[in-house]
This record gives sequence, structure tokens and C-alpha cells, in this order.
Amino acid sequence: MANRTEAPPQTVPHGLDLRQLREIYRLLRLTRSLEERLVTLHRQSKVVGGVFRSLGQEGESVASAYALRRRTDGTGDMLSPLIRNLGSMLVMGAEPAEVLRQYMAKGDSPTGGKELNIHFADYQRGFIGQISPLGDLVPVMAGVTLTFRQRGEDRVGMVYVGDGATSTGAFHEGINFAAVQRCPLVVIVENNFYAYSTPVSKQTAAESFVDKAAGYGVAGDQVDGNDVLAVYGVAKKAVERARAGEGASLIEMLTYRRRGHAEHDNQSYVPEGEIDRWANTNDPLDRYVATLLQNEWMSEDEMSEADASVDAELDAAVAASDASELPEAAVTYDGVFAAGRVPSLWTRAGSPQPSGW
Amino acid sequence: MVTPGMATAVESRLEHVRLTQEGKPVTFLEAIREAIWEEMERDPAVFLLGEDIGVYGGAFKVTEGMLERFGELRVIDTPISEIGFTGAAAGAAHMGMRPVVEMQFIDFISCAYDMITNYIATSRYRGAGGLPLVIRGPSGGGVRGGPFHSQNPEAAFFHTPGLKIAYPSNAYDAKGLLKAAIRDPDPVLFFEHKWLYRRPQLREVLPAEDYTVPLGEARVHREGDDLTIVTYAAMVHKCQEAAEVLEREDGIEAEILDLRTLLPLDEEAIIRSVKKTNRVLVVHEDTRTGGVAGEIAMRINENAFEWLDAPVLRVTAADTPIPYSPPLEDEFLPQAEDVIKAARYLAGY
Repeated sequence: MANRTEAPPQTVPHGLDLRQLREIYRLLRLTRSLEERLVTLHRQSKVVGGVFRSLGQEGESVASAYALRRRTDGTGDMLSPLIRNLGSMLVMGAEPAEVLRQYMAKGDSPTGGKELNIHFADYQRGFIGQISPLGDLVPVMAGVTLTFRQRGEDRVGMVYVGDGATSTGAFHEGINFAAVQRCPLVVIVENNFYAYSTPVSKQTAAESFVDKAAGYGVAGDQVDGNDVLAVYGVAKKAVERARAGEGASLIEMLTYRRRGHAEHDNQSYVPEGEIDRWANTNDPLDRYVATLLQNEWMSEDEMSEADASVDAELDAAVAASDASELPEAAVTYDGVFAAGRVPSLWTRAGSPQPSGW
Repeated sequence: MVTPGMATAVESRLEHVRLTQEGKPVTFLEAIREAIWEEMERDPAVFLLGEDIGVYGGAFKVTEGMLERFGELRVIDTPISEIGFTGAAAGAAHMGMRPVVEMQFIDFISCAYDMITNYIATSRYRGAGGLPLVIRGPSGGGVRGGPFHSQNPEAAFFHTPGLKIAYPSNAYDAKGLLKAAIRDPDPVLFFEHKWLYRRPQLREVLPAEDYTVPLGEARVHREGDDLTIVTYAAMVHKCQEAAEVLEREDGIEAEILDLRTLLPLDEEAIIRSVKKTNRVLVVHEDTRTGGVAGEIAMRINENAFEWLDAPVLRVTAADTPIPYSPPLEDEFLPQAEDVIKAARYLAGY
């Protein structure tokens, strides 16, 4: 237990500087506030699908991705975010307006209205959205990082799975492949207590997920996922290991999902008091704010200023996204293959009689 | 340790990829091997993943000699993990590589069904980028392989938007289609009927120069005016056998259309032949219900109903798993006699 009357440490841990600490603060705030906007838009029926919150686990999303080399020209590290890694996406340079348009199914969203939420990719900024069958991106990211090795590039990949996805065949086959091929891949297992309604005790008989690392012959680490700086430190170590050619690793983040699987989920399966306890005593943003203030790394005024700038950015992004149009129906037939369009039904094509496809 | 003579040993093992260069005939399998070899020499982004493909050269020796020539970063012996290495191929393709995945037996492709149908086939459409990769492997029955070394898996993937499927019947097409598949910007499943692999009758001298066979173009294997047999892969040869009997014994001239690729399906070629002969038999080695023949019949129904003088019929395998014992497998598989019987019925309709 740190003695709160001690003088602030002279240096920030893990080689971070004050500018970076403040950037992390802003990204955490941006993540939480953007999700709050999405909830509002969902209630207004402007978000046409589900909203997936990362409330209570934004810290590990932002801090883990922050350990990566971020570029915008396709030469940086690659990250594959899970549905609750909005924070990681924002770290890599995803724009709030892109995320809003995705959720709102707009024609100018990154996927043109064909995919939902943060399931989108940008190889320049370095992220590949996941798909709903969980665990699939572990083998895919093993392949991405295999190519870094094939080309002799010193790039690293990071992929997230939840406690639930560790039960899939894809997770097992992917991490095993990465281990055998010594791929520069960091696999992050977010243990947030629940996979939809299923508790960890029904997901695995293992005592902890980090124990699986030994079975695959990869480095393993477990960290308090709500301690932003500790997460950064552990992630940075794994990223450096990977970059140095020492292969894959598995990091278990201990955190807690304070909202349901999606906004419709009433969390009836959660024991009474559990959510409040985490909210009141172990919120990653509250803890980070306390650390910043206590060490005088950021003042309350600076935080208010950052909050105001986040709000202004989101006001503009929501307004711009709201003004965007839904896609033209004709776009449905594009993009299945590199060339050509899939034929539409003759009953839609304006022909009075069957004309084949 | 390098021993004297090792380099010569490697060199001599490479003779099998130079047959065409030397003007010698190649088998179906050798044509496939040459296609892979030449594409790997042409494009450094092409690399191989699969079980036992490196040191051992593959269960059927398709990739023999490639590890020595191209090294272990381009010829990757994988763990037994079809999801793992198919997914890894997708990831590498995202990064601009051109992976060629071998399923040791195509029966195991279903282990990677989710990765292929949910991830790979949808990638371009969901804005995550096209995936130029090939998944290939030995398929088909008639070799006493039993339930898990004999399957024809095309129907399961024929239904999936975003995939292309090639299923050649001869050495020329196999080489040209595989080269086209490796160069294609979209994911291609490439099925190699193992009954064709080393058949001496299929040996042929291939063009010395580089060539491709475009995906999506059927080929008239045999001209005829009386009825059309639409088929592909090993069944082309059983249909040829049947057509010769029909000509000799019945004076029936059957046209055989070898589809070569199932996706894209060359509907125009099918309809052209239907309009010429007015009678159609669809033949495939895959099982009956939900098979490709159903879709072909429907396309004919939609596009050329008034040109038909008889119902579209099909000859396929029975709706059972693939049995092992010769009398059972022979009963299960479509035979030339089945084709003859169906053709006679159609011709007399």
C-alpha cells in the first residue's frame, strides 16, 4: 500500500513521459464518453444494432494498445480489437466519427454499412476488426505476424480474446501456431468474469488463464487490468519481447465487465452488489485519475480541459455522423469479389418477366 | 552436417519439376507440382502452408523438393490445425502474401469451415480487404479411402458467396487453373481428384511457356448433338467412357461439358449446349441432395425451359457417407453404366 503522504516520484514509470500520460487520460475519457454517446443514440434508435460497452475495462484496452508502435503509413504494429476494445481502436487512430457511422450503419462508414460496430479494418493505421465467431482472429493474427517474420520486419501483432474465447478451437490452434512459428504476437486474454452470462467457472477448470501459457510454451503474465500503468508495463514487456524475436506471449488481464453483453442484457445472472462494488472501488479511470493527481502528473484543471475537448470532439462527430446518409440499396451487390457485381433478383431489376440472373 | 554429394542429391530430386521444360509428358499430379513451383519462382509472395508438406513433401508428394528450394519461411510444416493454418493464411494474405494452403486430404477442410466461410469468404465484403489465397488438396473417391479420405466437399462451399471453386479433370487444366487461382485476387478452393493424380492415361506434354486457364470458363470435352452431359473432375472420364459406348451401341452423340470451375459457374456455356442438344444430364461424384446438380438444373429451368425436350436428370453418388469396401464404394459412386442408362432414357424421352 502506497503511503499517500509521500512525495511524488520524480520519474514516470515504464519510460512514459507526462505528455503520454495525458494522452492516455484523454483516450480513456474519449472511450468512455463515446460509448455513452452510443447508448444515447441507441435509445434514439439511431444506432440500429446492439451497443457493446467496455465500461470498467477501458483501462486495459487503452494501456495495452498504447504499448504498440503506432504509424499511419502501414509500417507500424498491427492490432486486432475485440468488441470491447474500442479504447484500443482509438489508440491506433480510429476516429470517433468512423465508429459512430459504423454503429449507425451509414453509407460513409468504413464498411459502407455492411458490418457493424468496431468490426472494421485499416492496414495503414494497423488494425483488423474481429468477426463474431470468437477466437478466429488469433490464427489470423498469427498469420499477420508470420508475414512480419517472413519479411524480416520488426513489427508486432496484438490480438484480444475474452475469457470465453479461450475455450474455442480457433484460440488453441492460433496460439499454438504462433508459438511453434515464434510469431511476434501478443495474445491478450481479458478475464472480465463473464462471457455473455457464463461465468469463468463454467468456462474453464484452470485456476487462471495465464496458466495456459506454459502449455503452449509461450511467455505468460497476469496483471491487474484496471491498473492502467501496470497494464502498460506488462504489455510493453511482451511487445519488446516479440520485437526482439523471442516469440509469442499471453497476458491475462484481470478486469470486470460492468455492463451486460450488450445494452439489452439485464445482467440478472450477476450476484447482487458485485457491479456496484467494482464501480465504487475498482474503476480503471477513477484509479488512473487518482494516480495522476497524487503524483501531480496532471492537475484537475488539465483534466477538465481534456474532458471539454473530448466533449467538443464528440459533439462534432455525432453531428457529422447523424447528418450522413444510409447507404444506397444497390451497394448490396458490390464487393463480394474483386471484379463485378453479384446479380440482383430479376424481381428487383425492373424487368416485367424472368430474365435469368 | 553437409556431406559431399548432398547438393547433387537435391539437384537430382528437382528433375520432377522440369519435365515440361524438357518436353516430357507430365501426370495430373506433376502438372500441379509444376504450377506451384513456377508460381513460387515467379512471385516471392507465394508460400505454402500445410501438414507434412516440407520435409516429407506432402502425403501425395505434390510439394516434394520445395522445402529445399524455397526454405522454411516459404514451405511451412504446420501443426495439425486446419483452423490455425487456414486462419494464418488469411492473416498473411491481409499483409499482401499469396498463401497456398494444402489440406492433407480435402475431407479435413470441414475442420476449417468457419474460417473459410465466416472469415475468408466475407472479408472483402465487410471491408477488411480481399484475400488472395488458395486452399487445395486431394479429393474424391474410388481409391478405397473410406469415409474421411474420399470426400467431394464442393457443395458445402458452393453455397458460400465470396469463394471461387476449381475442380479440374486433366493435367493441362490443372496447371493452368492453379496458376490462375494463385494469381486471383479472391480466395479460391482448388480440388484435386486423387484418382487422377498418377493415371498414366492423363499424362500429357504441356506448353513450355507460361499459361493460365481462366476461372469461370467451361470446356467442351466432347462434341455431340443428341444430349449434353454437364460434369467436372474425375466424372469427365467416366462420362467419356459412357459416351463412347453410347456412340458405338446406340448411335447417340453425347456432348460433354467439363465445367472446370464451379464458381464462377459458366452458365452461358451450359445454356449454349442445352440449346444445341435440348436434353441434359448432370453428373457429379458428390452426393445427391443439395449437390451442385440441383443448382445447374435450376439455372437451366430459369434460362432455357422452352428449349428442353426432356426433364433435366442427374447421376450422382448416393446420399450416404463414403463406404470403404470395394463392393460398397462401387455401389455408392456413380459409374459409367449409370450415365449410359440415364442418357439412353433421356435420348428416348
